[in-house]
Amino acid sequence: MRKNRINTWLYRHKGARAALLLALPVLWLAIAYLGSLAVMLISSLWSVDSFTGNTVHSLSFGNFHTLITQRVYSTIAIRSIGVAVAVTLIDGLLAIPIALFISKVLKPRFRSVVIALVLVPLWASYLVKTYAWRSMFADGGVIAWVLKPFGIHGPGFGLAATTITLAYLWLPYMILPIYAGMDRLPNTLLEASSDLGASAGRTFRSIILPIIYPAIIAGSIFTFSLSLGDYIVVKIVGGTTQLVANVIADNVGTAGNLPFAAAMAILPITAILGYLFIVRRSGALENF
Amino acid sequence: MYLSRRAKILLATLTFGTLSFIYLPLIVVAINSFNPSRTFSWPPSSLSTVWWGRLTESNGVLPAITSSIKVGLGATAIALILGTCIAFAVSRYSFYGKNTLSLLVIFPIALPGIITGIALNTTFHTFLDPLNKQLALWTVVVGHATFCIVVVYNNVLARLRRLGQSLEEASQDLGANIFQTFRYITFPLIRSALVAGGLLAFALSFDEIVVTTFTAGPGTETLPQWIFNNLFRPNQAPIVNVVATMLIVLFIFPVWLSQRISQDGSAGGRL
Repeated sequence: MRKNRINTWLYRHKGARAALLLALPVLWLAIAYLGSLAVMLISSLWSVDSFTGNTVHSLSFGNFHTLITQRVYSTIAIRSIGVAVAVTLIDGLLAIPIALFISKVLKPRFRSVVIALVLVPLWASYLVKTYAWRSMFADGGVIAWVLKPFGIHGPGFGLAATTITLAYLWLPYMILPIYAGMDRLPNTLLEASSDLGASAGRTFRSIILPIIYPAIIAGSIFTFSLSLGDYIVVKIVGGTTQLVANVIADNVGTAGNLPFAAAMAILPITAILGYLFIVRRSGALENF
Repeated sequence: MYLSRRAKILLATLTFGTLSFIYLPLIVVAINSFNPSRTFSWPPSSLSTVWWGRLTESNGVLPAITSSIKVGLGATAIALILGTCIAFAVSRYSFYGKNTLSLLVIFPIALPGIITGIALNTTFHTFLDPLNKQLALWTVVVGHATFCIVVVYNNVLARLRRLGQSLEEASQDLGANIFQTFRYITFPLIRSALVAGGLLAFALSFDEIVVTTFTAGPGTETLPQWIFNNLFRPNQAPIVNVVATMLIVLFIFPVWLSQRISQDGSAGGRL
């Protein structure tokens, strides 16, 4: 009897049903998660008592002052953004020919197989993939072994190894959107271009590129922000290289200076939001 | 577009070259797990399964697997409930802030893990320190659930959009109440999307290291943390290779399975 009454009431009140569905998720995401982000932003204004190691909950711009005045941090910031840009460029250059091949050259029945080949490693453990590159770059590793007969030394652990590993990790995130964009491009357009006498290169520049541009941008958002926020890769194959993310991580872990880490975390957030803003201004997201 | 034979061959070479570049490091790890030598050397002088046999002897692997499974199950359960709720609300109702909410779901996975990690870490410390409580396993579950919601949400939402509402309306026209309709009609129809989303959420949680590092209490070690902590210890390298190879194989299976089950999205909701 009582159950029936609840039923009727719920049936009549659509708003109540929506509210019941939304109560828990909103509590979790909007209050707990967004709240945490807000606490983090505020905590960047706190400081740590150097004597007791306790957090001092009074507001000051000390952390930001250190970040701006000490040369090390701007060098690290520029280096990190440079790595993120390099990774994005490498992935873009690798992904475009692959996407072109899969969607326009390969016969349809092989397409899903090759796409699966691209997708499967996306789900292999991230840590294992990074670790795998450690055995590639290590002293006496695979790369050193291949280059040895030519009398060349491998790059070893460092900035180059970090960039290559990051490019490797995020490549599928670039291939998939570009492939999706290229798949939507009708073949008749390309045939029309050829019929009008355009070479393959001209067709690529004047037809394909403008149409897949939003897809490239979408992929670049992944590669850029994922590279900027990663500190595991640089710890595993980066040797002594310092990037923004591992400076943040070290300040949480060994140094125990959470407020400073929070202040530093604002840098990648700003860079990512700034990148999104530029992309939005360019209008690339509207067509996607 | 007319592509010359040479251009096609060039594109094919580039594609398959890059694909082998994608698989090569994973194959190297797999071969290395059969390398009997304790110190790393390439190519291995011989192959043996000696380290595979010692997997369980190594200290820490089994407890790490146990805590990873616990965290994965907890986070998946929470993500299933919250993700399904949001998917229903977004697909069936219109309410204020709907677009904001669908963006907010993606946030925890779109922002770098380190930011989610530090944000949660700061909050946990702010609230737990005055109570004299420490970070523990449940704080990891909370962190993982936050970014797992999106994969369940994506899978269920895609299914709900494809289904439409006519079957539910028919059920209600025939006199079933809300709970009966959900139990006999809606739930069986979305069950496979829930399984697919749940498998992906579990895989995502099982693989996570960054958020884990910032939300785990002292003494808590998940499997990725175990790998990370033992990676730099020369003595442990052979066992790390074995665990890594095991993970490559174990990961591909649930993801392949969830793709077979759901068939709603090609990237399984990760993209």
